[in-house]
Amino acid sequence: MEFGLWQVWEGGWVGAILRGAAITIAVGMAAMLAGLVVGIACGLIKWGRVFPLNYIVDAYTSVVRGVPELLIIYLLFFSSVEFVTRVATAFGYAGLADSGYAFTIAVIAIGAISGAYSTEVVRGALASIPKGHIEAARALGLSGGRIFRRIILPQMLRIAVPGMNNVWQVTIKDTALVSVVGLQELMRAAAIGAGSTRHPFIFYLIAAVVYLMITLVSQAGFDRAERLLKVRSRV
Amino acid sequence: MELELIQRAVPVLLKGLWVTAFLAGVAVLVGFNLGLGLALMRLSQNRFLSGFAKYYSMVFRGTPLLVQLFLFYYGLGQLNFIKNNEMFWWVISDGTRCATMALALNTAAYTSEILRGGLMSVPAGLVEAAQASGMSRFLRFRRIQFPLAIRQALPAYGNELVLTVKGTSLASTITVLEITGYAKRLMSQTYAIFEVFAIAGALYLVINLVLITLVRMLEARLMRYQAGSR
Repeated sequence: MEFGLWQVWEGGWVGAILRGAAITIAVGMAAMLAGLVVGIACGLIKWGRVFPLNYIVDAYTSVVRGVPELLIIYLLFFSSVEFVTRVATAFGYAGLADSGYAFTIAVIAIGAISGAYSTEVVRGALASIPKGHIEAARALGLSGGRIFRRIILPQMLRIAVPGMNNVWQVTIKDTALVSVVGLQELMRAAAIGAGSTRHPFIFYLIAAVVYLMITLVSQAGFDRAERLLKVRSRV
Repeated sequence: MELELIQRAVPVLLKGLWVTAFLAGVAVLVGFNLGLGLALMRLSQNRFLSGFAKYYSMVFRGTPLLVQLFLFYYGLGQLNFIKNNEMFWWVISDGTRCATMALALNTAAYTSEILRGGLMSVPAGLVEAAQASGMSRFLRFRRIQFPLAIRQALPAYGNELVLTVKGTSLASTITVLEITGYAKRLMSQTYAIFEVFAIAGALYLVINLVLITLVRMLEARLMRYQAGSR
């Protein structure tokens, strides 16, 4: 076989690729969750114009959205490697690569990027909640926390679903970038396979197909969620 | 120390700036035309053409740019008919040309979706009126559909331009030395990670700011018929 499909099967690469895909999904989901928390906090700050903080949030979102993701990943990895190595050697511990450190930094890096996009989605969703709803809740004497939990949050989440779909698609594709700093996710697994079998075409093709499957399945999931929410909001 | 570092880093990163600008410029130029073609194919009645455009955009938007880049750069060279075709080989064999091609094909997919949205927003009555006054299909497109579509699509296209500029940074993974490539090298040479990041990041922010400003100006010019009424 010229393309090396046989070598992929024979060399046990299927397992490596599946493991890589699982790590990709894990990084993507953890980063999305972290980004969601950051996004809701920063979105609220931006929406409410909380005085000194909103300038910090503005700087954060415009830097992250204007600077390439790869550069941000390099910054976080290189600066933390130095710091973590120093801490680890101080405690007499050398084995960093397999201690989940790469995974943690990947989640922080992708989460920071995802958070900036989530911030904009949350801010947009908050801005589209009618002012009257909040005024009505205030007139009924609800406390600030209750207004947020009962009035703002449920509406915001519903409005934000299509935007969050976009953020998720961007986030899962951005996880491919952490392969350049060594985390063994899908892209890295494919690169290792390509290097050792000398059949790059088939390995990157398989990686592309797996990414496509992930994005298509999650797209279908989000479409379904949107439909369900639409039906309920009509009542 | 600080000043010395800046004196050393800035000229190197500025050298990368031109490569970044070249990559983004050519990719946008090619990608816009391809995207326009794909948008028209997608809207055509021919099921084969619209199906091709649909799946093209699905595949290129559904996979990371890095995978596409590696597939083209490392993968395609393995195929004999590409190795033996002089034109294909010329594109694939060089990192800069290969990155430009990958970026162009990638941005074409996103551009086609944006332009399709713009073309669909053109009111049917206007097209019918043009038809009734005897305009040919091409003239109709040139004078009525395209100008209205581009006006609608411009804000979204501005975002896509920024994404393309950011995408050029991936070229550094296939040995192209542009801003990110030089920045990575400087980071490992000087260990002044944050300073190098700040300079390189500022260059990207300036490029994107200039692009956004240009798009806003173009938008204001295309919308100038509204300037008095609002």
